[in-house]
Amino acid sequence: MAPNKRVTMNDHAAEASLFKRRAIFTFFCVVSLLSLLLINLYQLQIISFQDYTTRSNDNRIRVVPIAPSRGLIYDRNGVLLAENQPFYSLEMLPEKVKNIPEMLNELKSIIPLSAEQIEDVIQSLKGHRRFKPLTIKNRLTEDQVAQFSVNQYRFPGVSVEAGLKRYYPYTSLFTHALGYVGRINRRDQIKLERENEWKQYAATNDIGKQGIERFYESTLHGKPGHLEEEVNNRGRTIRILKSDAPEPGKDIYLTLDLKLQQKAVQLLDGRRGSIVAIDPRDGGILAMVSSPSYDPNMFVHGISSKAYNKLLNSTSRPLINRATQGQYAPASTIKPFLALMGLENKTITPQTRVWDPGYWQIPGVERKYRDWKRWGHGWVNVHSAIVESCDIYFYNLAYKSGVNNIARFMAPFGFGETTGVDINEESTGILPSKDWKRARYNQPWYIGDTISVGIGQGYWTATPLQIANAAAILANKGKRFVPHFLKSVNTNTTDEDPNNELTPLKLKDPSNWKIVSEAMREAAHKSRFKNAPYTAAMKTGTAQVFSVAEDTRYNAKTIDEHLRDNALVIAYAPYENPQIVLSVVLENVGWGSKNAGPVARAMLDEYMLRDNGKTVK
Amino acid sequence: MSTHNHRPNIWQRCHIDLPLLLGLLSLMAYGLIVIYSAGGEDVALLDRQMVRMVLSLIIMFGIAQINPEVLRRWAFPIYMTGIILLLGVHFFGEINKGAQRWLNVGFMKFQPSELIKLVFPITMAWYISKFPLPPKKRYLAGAGILLLIPTLLIAKQPDLGTSILVAASGIFVLFLSGMSWMIVIGVVVGILAMLPILWFFLMHDYQRTRVLTLFNPEQDPLGAGYHIIQSKIAIGSGGLWGKGWLQGTQSQLEFLPERHTDFIFAVIGEEFGLIGSAILLTLYLYVIGRGLVIASQAQTSFSRLLAGSITLTFFVYIFVNIGMVSGLLPVVGVPLPLISYGGTSMLTLMTGFGILMSIHTHRRFIDR
Repeated sequence: MAPNKRVTMNDHAAEASLFKRRAIFTFFCVVSLLSLLLINLYQLQIISFQDYTTRSNDNRIRVVPIAPSRGLIYDRNGVLLAENQPFYSLEMLPEKVKNIPEMLNELKSIIPLSAEQIEDVIQSLKGHRRFKPLTIKNRLTEDQVAQFSVNQYRFPGVSVEAGLKRYYPYTSLFTHALGYVGRINRRDQIKLERENEWKQYAATNDIGKQGIERFYESTLHGKPGHLEEEVNNRGRTIRILKSDAPEPGKDIYLTLDLKLQQKAVQLLDGRRGSIVAIDPRDGGILAMVSSPSYDPNMFVHGISSKAYNKLLNSTSRPLINRATQGQYAPASTIKPFLALMGLENKTITPQTRVWDPGYWQIPGVERKYRDWKRWGHGWVNVHSAIVESCDIYFYNLAYKSGVNNIARFMAPFGFGETTGVDINEESTGILPSKDWKRARYNQPWYIGDTISVGIGQGYWTATPLQIANAAAILANKGKRFVPHFLKSVNTNTTDEDPNNELTPLKLKDPSNWKIVSEAMREAAHKSRFKNAPYTAAMKTGTAQVFSVAEDTRYNAKTIDEHLRDNALVIAYAPYENPQIVLSVVLENVGWGSKNAGPVARAMLDEYMLRDNGKTVK
Repeated sequence: MSTHNHRPNIWQRCHIDLPLLLGLLSLMAYGLIVIYSAGGEDVALLDRQMVRMVLSLIIMFGIAQINPEVLRRWAFPIYMTGIILLLGVHFFGEINKGAQRWLNVGFMKFQPSELIKLVFPITMAWYISKFPLPPKKRYLAGAGILLLIPTLLIAKQPDLGTSILVAASGIFVLFLSGMSWMIVIGVVVGILAMLPILWFFLMHDYQRTRVLTLFNPEQDPLGAGYHIIQSKIAIGSGGLWGKGWLQGTQSQLEFLPERHTDFIFAVIGEEFGLIGSAILLTLYLYVIGRGLVIASQAQTSFSRLLAGSITLTFFVYIFVNIGMVSGLLPVVGVPLPLISYGGTSMLTLMTGFGILMSIHTHRRFIDR
């Protein structure tokens, strides 16, 4: 440092003077900007003084928003599925309470509050706007309301509020279809702000979180009203000047059928699985059950973290909508579709015969692919292959077709993409192809992969809704709809055409539809529907386990029953002019025709044989 | 050489700059008076604010004892720590009020962006003063990187207010270091050119709403425009002398939101009028002036740049806050320094003033 000290000193002086010049310049800027502020204040406080004084004096009017009542939800026959019930809650304005923990402690002597509830209130205080009321306790009894009212003077800033809350009278029956409403949280708020809808929620506490409640939020919510009130110089309301009533949300009618839904729940009996029933004539969903379920009313009143964790960590994953998010190997239920592909692509003819000795080999390969029947089915053609669910026939067909042909043919049946059903919780499932495997695993496709696809296993997965939807297209001979819940808005009519029809699927040879469905008819009437007083078609399936959890975020561990197969069935009736199409999935129960078959029979019996409330014409 | 320079008085020995301290104490006292009114005569609120003030004065006093040379040596490691913590927030931070700013370190929650706010001007001053001034262009690239990393990380949280303050503190260092006017003008033009891109591609809808609201608050008087309309009514109706302490109807009747925090200036405008506002601005100008004097008298370019940057950042707080409350700038969450109720910004600001005092009282009196 010492040798060039002089130089440094010189630089020092130059740097110091440079800095001084810059500092003076910035000081000049600071003074002029502060003057700008002052000029603006002069403009506000001196020149426009009169104007603002008038406005300040007029500022005695406070505008209070009033929440609209939420639209109701009915089933197809007008049975109320989601209603609004009056309730009382204890609320506080955090801004007006001096010491919140102390207040809560004192409140305990009047209204029973658990330590957990107090903790919850204090937790939700963080990130809560001070000017917006916060709920301390929900569902006060009349006694508690009276108790508090007498003591109200001791709790400034705390009040009893009456309001309407969503209530689902059938509790866990419709949970996964209806969803539920819950308190608006920060994330909802950000979303609403982005959509410029936040203003509409000025007085609203709840918002649709899942299912239909969420999907049709904008229909159900309505528009808030306003109350203009005059306040005195202490901020108390003196009188109401003007009010415009809120515009209530619209009621919606669903295609769901209470009785069929009840039957489905009863048949599943808490076992893990799903039942979906669709009316193939318009794509309306008649029943959708994901089991096990839970009571959505818990979420309406703010579920406790303990109860929520119990649901979240349950090994049977009640929070998942198995019907739309569960991804299952479709197994043998896929065989009619593959047969249709073979016929359509002329890979096979109705007469093509295959010898089934109980196993099948890729030409030139040692490995044996087994049939479910150890000793084989002997000679089979496409009809008997479907009726008897012969694996060998379809190994051979898949091998001859190749996976890309399969993928190309199956895509129009809705596999591998969301159906577009009107709830947001939906998975795509997987319709495998060479490109898909390359993109997903960065691996080439092996012939062996195609063979398992031939019996609806391997990489192929689909949701129960997708399976039902595909079955509906089959039953309809190509007529396609977007499966949906919404029947009509405001009034219960069937006139409204919600435009759910898609361009129909056309076969080069339409008689192929018949070959396949005929086989399904025989499969039905030879077994479960032997003595049914109506005609039906059916195909069962048994899938080696493909856990539901594959692509879901709930990472609880399944440990039980892991080795048992999933039982599946698709079915429809009547055979000639289908009015109901069904898909059933039962997890880990074993053989398909033995376990899922009876469920399909009972469901179709319920719908076809009901004496009253029959919705078909 | 003059002898009295050799014998520092009691204040200098305690490393306190009396003129600056008096300015700060006056501002704090003013703040307490206003908070009492704005907070609805809540003594507990006042108590809490006083505790914060005493605490931050102690911190300032502590920081003033540290030789600026120590700060210079530690600036970069602390900066790197700050960046790592910011990344930590990015990945593990707690989401609060929709923004990810807090890092939970077990016993307390902590905002790394506040640490960056403090250490960043030090780092920038350290970096720039390593080279002869004015800085050559090639060093400016390094400075740009130092600047962009924390600014973008904080803006992503999203905390626009803080990222503006951080960026400003760095830019002030560069400007004061004598960066050529060409570049200064180039940067200004560049920023202006960026505005349309910002507007159309980068801003969220709610941010655009805030800007549009600024130009026409009456469009949505009960929604987006509410804050700004009520605040302007409060200030405007104050007139020359104001409605008097505790007499402001806008604030007392709670028409004015956030009146003891970000919008406290409207209470001053309403209750103390133009006179009260002018007094406040004068006090601020005095503190800024004193800060720039300290900067100019500093002996190393590091100290000069650091002191200048701290002082000017303080001014940015003032300008952004008052500009927002009086309807000149869009709503950005920046408190009125030393007046608004709240502890974090006060602590940061007072640490900065501690550094100023340290710079001023650690000068070595060299014989000339």
